Amino acid sequence: MLRAIFSHPSGRIGGAIVLLYVVIALLGLFDLTPHDPLQQYRIDRLKAPSAVYWMGTDLFGRDVASRLMKGVGQSFLVGISAVAIASVAGTVLGLTAAWFGKLWDGLVMRVMDVLLAFPAILLALLIIAIAGPGTWTSVAAIAIVYTPIFTRVVRGPALSIKSREFVDAARTFGSSKTYILTRHLLLNLVAPLTVQVTLALAWSLLTEAGLSFLGLGTQPPASSLGLMLADSRNLMEKAPWLLIFPAIAIMISILGFNLLGDALRDILDPKTRSRTA
Amino acid sequence: MTLLSVKDLRVGFGQDPAKNEIVKGVSFDLEAGETLAIVGESGSGKSVTALSINRLVDFGGGRIIGGSIHLTRADGSVLDVTQASEPVLEKIRGAEIGMIFQEPMTSLNPVLSIGTQIEESFRLHRGLTGRQATAAAKDALDRVRIPDAARRLRYAPNQLSGGMLQRVMIATALACNPRLLIADEPTTALDVTVQAQIMALLAELKRETGMGMIFITHDIGLVAGIADRVMVMQAGQAVEQGALDAVLDRPQHSYTKHLLSAVPHFESGRAARTDFKRKQGEAPALSVDGLTVRFKVKNGLFSRAQGAVHAVENVGFDLMPGETLAIVGESGSGKSTTARAILGLVKPTRGRFVTHKGSISDATDPATQMVFQNPYASLNPRLRIDSILAEPVIAAGGKVTNETREKMKALLQRVGLPEDSLERYPHQFSGGQRQRLCIARALMLNPSIVVLDEAVSALDVSVQAKVLELLVDLQKEFGLAYLFVSHDMAVVERIAHRIAVVYAGEIVEIGEAASVLSNPQHSYTKRLISAVPSIDRRNQRFEIDTRQVASLVRPPAYEPPEARWRDYGADHRARAEA
Repeated sequence: MLRAIFSHPSGRIGGAIVLLYVVIALLGLFDLTPHDPLQQYRIDRLKAPSAVYWMGTDLFGRDVASRLMKGVGQSFLVGISAVAIASVAGTVLGLTAAWFGKLWDGLVMRVMDVLLAFPAILLALLIIAIAGPGTWTSVAAIAIVYTPIFTRVVRGPALSIKSREFVDAARTFGSSKTYILTRHLLLNLVAPLTVQVTLALAWSLLTEAGLSFLGLGTQPPASSLGLMLADSRNLMEKAPWLLIFPAIAIMISILGFNLLGDALRDILDPKTRSRTA
Repeated sequence: MTLLSVKDLRVGFGQDPAKNEIVKGVSFDLEAGETLAIVGESGSGKSVTALSINRLVDFGGGRIIGGSIHLTRADGSVLDVTQASEPVLEKIRGAEIGMIFQEPMTSLNPVLSIGTQIEESFRLHRGLTGRQATAAAKDALDRVRIPDAARRLRYAPNQLSGGMLQRVMIATALACNPRLLIADEPTTALDVTVQAQIMALLAELKRETGMGMIFITHDIGLVAGIADRVMVMQAGQAVEQGALDAVLDRPQHSYTKHLLSAVPHFESGRAARTDFKRKQGEAPALSVDGLTVRFKVKNGLFSRAQGAVHAVENVGFDLMPGETLAIVGESGSGKSTTARAILGLVKPTRGRFVTHKGSISDATDPATQMVFQNPYASLNPRLRIDSILAEPVIAAGGKVTNETREKMKALLQRVGLPEDSLERYPHQFSGGQRQRLCIARALMLNPSIVVLDEAVSALDVSVQAKVLELLVDLQKEFGLAYLFVSHDMAVVERIAHRIAVVYAGEIVEIGEAASVLSNPQHSYTKRLISAVPSIDRRNQRFEIDTRQVASLVRPPAYEPPEARWRDYGADHRARAEA
């Protein structure tokens, strides 16, 4: 699998970017940063990038590079937990909707339709406005926003697999529902789910940045990419590095996940597999 | 006059066509007005050969890497198709070479009316427009004997049956009076009585227009009715070609002999099995009584019941241990629904099943197992073979022990698969091997009854023969009772002891195989049997018959009249007809 990703042209770039970010995020989360991200070096306020401060310092004299690493870690924590919750919830809802059909299917899918009718960020705002800002409310908000996408991605193929003969065969043996749903349906949905998870990670990172930018996600003094962007707004002309580095960090991470998602789609799709393998 | 002359044709596929050669030097000539049948199994290169003649093969990723195809055009000039440019080819396709494909349901665009699609051909090649094109399209439909042609022009493809659609395809292909018609398995997707009608139509049109025809098929029985000459292909090479009688009566190549001997041919009951006799007083393995399956038809805003589709109506039969009962009928006759109801995949509206263990209501009984039609769809592609074979054991509440693994190995060996198959995935097996896997899976729980739903229909003819052989051996070894659902009379003749003919959801004739096949009594059985292609029925003329199966939708609470039966021997009875 890894070899397939790295022999695919966009997979190689996307995979390398994602790997790099994972390393940065882990370093940030375990406080292995060049400086303490919360330490205020009052004398060195608003210093331009240098050998000591790789990406300069902010208004309070905090090291931007360290805060960026911590921020990437924070964003990944939120993004990955949100996507994990959304994919599990969406898969369970989608599978059961496809399998039981009728009333349950109608109920689940109509609720998902309602959720999908809102723009993602607006719905997340609504949820946070009700629950109050914070790291874990933004995880919950992003998870709820992306659940309908997983539900739909799972339900469609699950419906078609449900009518395949090997599922009929399983029913003639009297296999249990759990066995059929996991071994026959879920196992055949691994490919579309993997692609969807990768792409959803990119979107959820962006949503997290957006929420933090609006002051509704991660709360200061903790750092997050969106928060750093928000803080840099007033100092844009005086200290452009405050804006540039977090912005580039967001951009490249999303590029990386999208490239990886594209590559996974090609690799896991049996129709294109022969070409890349 | 030679219409088409193919010399040493070589076609390859993929990045390096020379290495991946599918057609390896095929040569043949076709005279005007002559029909050449190309016979071979899947992968033999017969379709690729035909697609090379109008160069459609280019669109499928193929490349002609050698040889020549000389086509005599209408103006007398000779064109080498292999060298022709795309604009020239576009003029030839449709105008000089018509083509009919296997699947009429997918060959037509579902959102355009059939009239529009036939007119397209007239617009492109004859420059007709508006009313003239419509009139020409109507004539084309008349020519393929579609009743009420003017009205049918406005129909969308989904409003017509498969047989009707194939006629529309033929009408489109013949729109510009091509001098050569290529028919690529035109009847494989159709029911046997519809197939007979299409074959009759093709033969008549050939006589009327004097066109040359290349007829591709895997069914050597079918060529007898239509071909002048036969070419047998195997692995990209033409292993034998010659006049129809010469090839069928005096085959030279071993593969042709194999096709003619190993492949089930219909022999009007002469080849029926006689290795089973019912014993007096023996209890049946399965007894079905009054099985009825109805699907409600709902319509309108409040989903009011508008009636019901009577898919299976009052079906009853006994199945003895060690006996095969074949249920034969055409698509939509309810034969598969009967099988699925017995296994609990469809809920019966009424009816009773009794096995020797007592009354059962559905399939969780491990004594009844099923083998499905499509070996590519009936095995989960993501599970290894050992997991697949373990599933029935787990479902029955068992544990996978060393003993289970030993049993798996023994069964795999018994159905003729290598022992290391357990660690492999379904896609590493061919269609025939997969069907053997399905049979092994069905036998994991030592069933007494196996339901085989079109179990060999998706397989190549020579593989079919081997799987049938295996089924007969297993039946004798384990004393299995088979319920064999099929549309293929030739296959049924090889495996059935008794036959039940179903038509429109009801059994119309049931009895001993030899008796039913050699001496059919019900008019539908007669029609079905006379439509079966056979190498004995050479150049037989079929009557064109446009009868359609009656609608099965009945008003709510409709009950069919009581059936009256007439006996025609010790074990052979048919419904009395009005």
